[in-house]
Amino acid sequence: MTAHAAVGTPSAGAPAQGGVGVYTQKLGMWVFLVSEVMFFTALIGSYIILRWGTDASWPEPRTVLAIPVTALNTFILICSSVSMVKAYAAATRDDQAGLKRWLLLTVLGGATFVSVQAYEYHHLIEKGFLPSSGLFGSTFYTMTGFHGFHVTCGVISMIWVTVRAFRGKYAGGNYRGVETIGLYWHFVDLVWIILFTIVYLI
Amino acid sequence: MTAHAGVGQPVTHDDRPFIRKYIFSTDHKIIGIQFLFLSLFFLLVGGLLAMGIRWQLGFPGQPMPLGGWLPQSVAPGGVVSPKTYIGLVTMHGTFMIFFAVMPLLVGVFANYLIPLKIGAPDMAFPRLNMWSFWLMIPSGGLMIASLFVMGGASVSGWTVYAPLSATPDYTGVHLGQQLWCLGIVIFGLSSLLGSVNYITTVVNLRAPGMTWFRLPLSVWALFITAVLAILAVPVLAGAVIMLFFDQTLGTHFYLPAGGGQPLMWQHLFWFFGHPEVYILILPAMGIASDIIANGSRKPIFGYTSMVYAMIGIAFLGFIVWGHHMFQSGMNPTLGSTFMVSTIVIAVPSAIKVFNWLGTMWRGSIHFTTPMLNAIAFVSMFIIGGLSGIFMASTPVDMYIHGTYFIVAHIHYVLFGGSLFAVFAGIYFWYPKMFGKQMNERWGRIHFVLTFIFYNLTFFPMHILGVGGEMRRIYDPTVYEYLRPLQPINVFISISAFLLMLSQLPFAVNFIGTLVRGKKAAINPWHDNGLEWTVPSPPPHGNFATTPTVYRGPYEFSVPGATEDYLPVSVPATPPAERRP
Repeated sequence: MTAHAAVGTPSAGAPAQGGVGVYTQKLGMWVFLVSEVMFFTALIGSYIILRWGTDASWPEPRTVLAIPVTALNTFILICSSVSMVKAYAAATRDDQAGLKRWLLLTVLGGATFVSVQAYEYHHLIEKGFLPSSGLFGSTFYTMTGFHGFHVTCGVISMIWVTVRAFRGKYAGGNYRGVETIGLYWHFVDLVWIILFTIVYLI
Repeated sequence: MTAHAGVGQPVTHDDRPFIRKYIFSTDHKIIGIQFLFLSLFFLLVGGLLAMGIRWQLGFPGQPMPLGGWLPQSVAPGGVVSPKTYIGLVTMHGTFMIFFAVMPLLVGVFANYLIPLKIGAPDMAFPRLNMWSFWLMIPSGGLMIASLFVMGGASVSGWTVYAPLSATPDYTGVHLGQQLWCLGIVIFGLSSLLGSVNYITTVVNLRAPGMTWFRLPLSVWALFITAVLAILAVPVLAGAVIMLFFDQTLGTHFYLPAGGGQPLMWQHLFWFFGHPEVYILILPAMGIASDIIANGSRKPIFGYTSMVYAMIGIAFLGFIVWGHHMFQSGMNPTLGSTFMVSTIVIAVPSAIKVFNWLGTMWRGSIHFTTPMLNAIAFVSMFIIGGLSGIFMASTPVDMYIHGTYFIVAHIHYVLFGGSLFAVFAGIYFWYPKMFGKQMNERWGRIHFVLTFIFYNLTFFPMHILGVGGEMRRIYDPTVYEYLRPLQPINVFISISAFLLMLSQLPFAVNFIGTLVRGKKAAINPWHDNGLEWTVPSPPPHGNFATTPTVYRGPYEFSVPGATEDYLPVSVPATPPAERRP
């Protein structure tokens, strides 16, 4: 669905008179992200209420989760946001080689993140930490799971954008698709920084 | 990229294959019509379930007509079992709210009207729009499937309160509740895709001259509704996903046994649920505004105040959800806050009502079928709004909470309000959608019968509620104190059956006109909107050339003009147009 929003042809995208001066794909992505904020607010808000709004006993996160591995994973995801910025910058300069290189690095960063998360899940489940393991298990798997699902969707869309970049679709200043997918990518990154802080660190 | 094939350039020859044109179409008009057929189907399903409910309440313990056809496990001897009865109540609410009224108002009219009314060739994202419709098929399909699975459909009411809904331990319903959750999540995705489209289209694709304060109030209403949906529906999706995990993965979000909080479900659900109420009424207000100005042949009274009133209602709609929970064990101080914010909503609502009355005041009212339905909308909305104030005040609510009074209230706003506006809208835009004019006489017969039996059905429910009849009761006659009220229940049931039958003229008129109706003129209602400047039905791509807009949409009976209407795209400005 992101792919659709991101890669529509610009023919329908000219801003109208009195529009907000943002082209249509970008505006659509912003509106979509608003709804994503509300979705994660529902999940994170429930977590906050269940953990701090009740007298439920909560384990120290570091006794259950492997913080250093996830910290490294967080670093990788932030790096993929940086490479996304570099890809967009290359696209604005019409530097096609740079665009392809940085997009590939972004895909790699996202895919690594999802893989490490899958490894983490595997490890936790082997240790007997399941979604049914108390409120911590319930909230942990729901929040990080849906974030992982969003990264996966992002990686799939990013692969699509990369394929288009290799076909030269973003040449000659026509780089709206890159900017639009970039917005989504940074959003998902931002959600992770919040999740990492309140689920793993606090 | 067929999605954008017709965008931007005039279309003279449409060579899309049949399947692209009518089935997997990206044309907003076809999608609107697809939504119309789908949601009318669900309206019928929801109506039939209501008939089952009314039979049991009016004639408890007596075999239902055709009830013998039902399996013995569901209806032993043709009498619905208590569990089946609660399933009927749950699914009636679910179908009517999510699959009938919401798609009728938003799916049909937002899709059909927004691009035509703002002078756009199509939606901003036509392919997403197609997905928004086609996701409704699995979503509605799962809901219908849930009626037939082992263990039966969800029995926790349309609000699916936890912990009743979170574990099969209490109800024995496994799969039915899970399918309900999946159906709602897919529905949420569909609604989200639609809303992204509506917002982006209104912001970016308006024709030259179509400024924000020249937008028809229907477009304003649909735009604000889309903003509400963007903010509210994802919260429902999140809440329902957690509920689904409670049932399937063994999580403990809403289950007190594992430390979860049942009250959290109510907060999350009503954080969505109350904006949802305005999602279901704002488009109706917009449609009624357009039709009332047209039918009164007068400019709408207080256009800007109408817009700000809708924005006010939408904003307040997000801070009142606790008024559904006065009796939930929530902190009573919080209850007072929610009471005050709820009662404040009466102010913008009253502004709108007085503006409609001001529009009709001394107008030359044409009592066409759409106008009659729009007037019914206003009057029924007043009754529904006033009974809402009863329940907004905590002390009164303590007495009538969870009784038939709330059933009366919701049906006054949702049927008397929204559905009359839907009928008004269908009668009004049918000629544009299908190029045929619906029969006026049968339309009026449908209106009069519906109006009478609607009131006979739902008004007595207020009395039942004050008398203490519970909203989800299976058999009222088991209680000594409710037995004297049973004749009212019989009366309501008979009225409800007649109300259902009163929809026959509509069905015959709708289908009959489709088959052999008389051809409609381009502008049969002498309206000003851009949609009335294109052929009926409009071609793919809508406008041969992008129209320019010169004025607002409500210039009726302009002094000095030759006609009593002045389309928005006519450049000539009569000197007498500037009037006080």
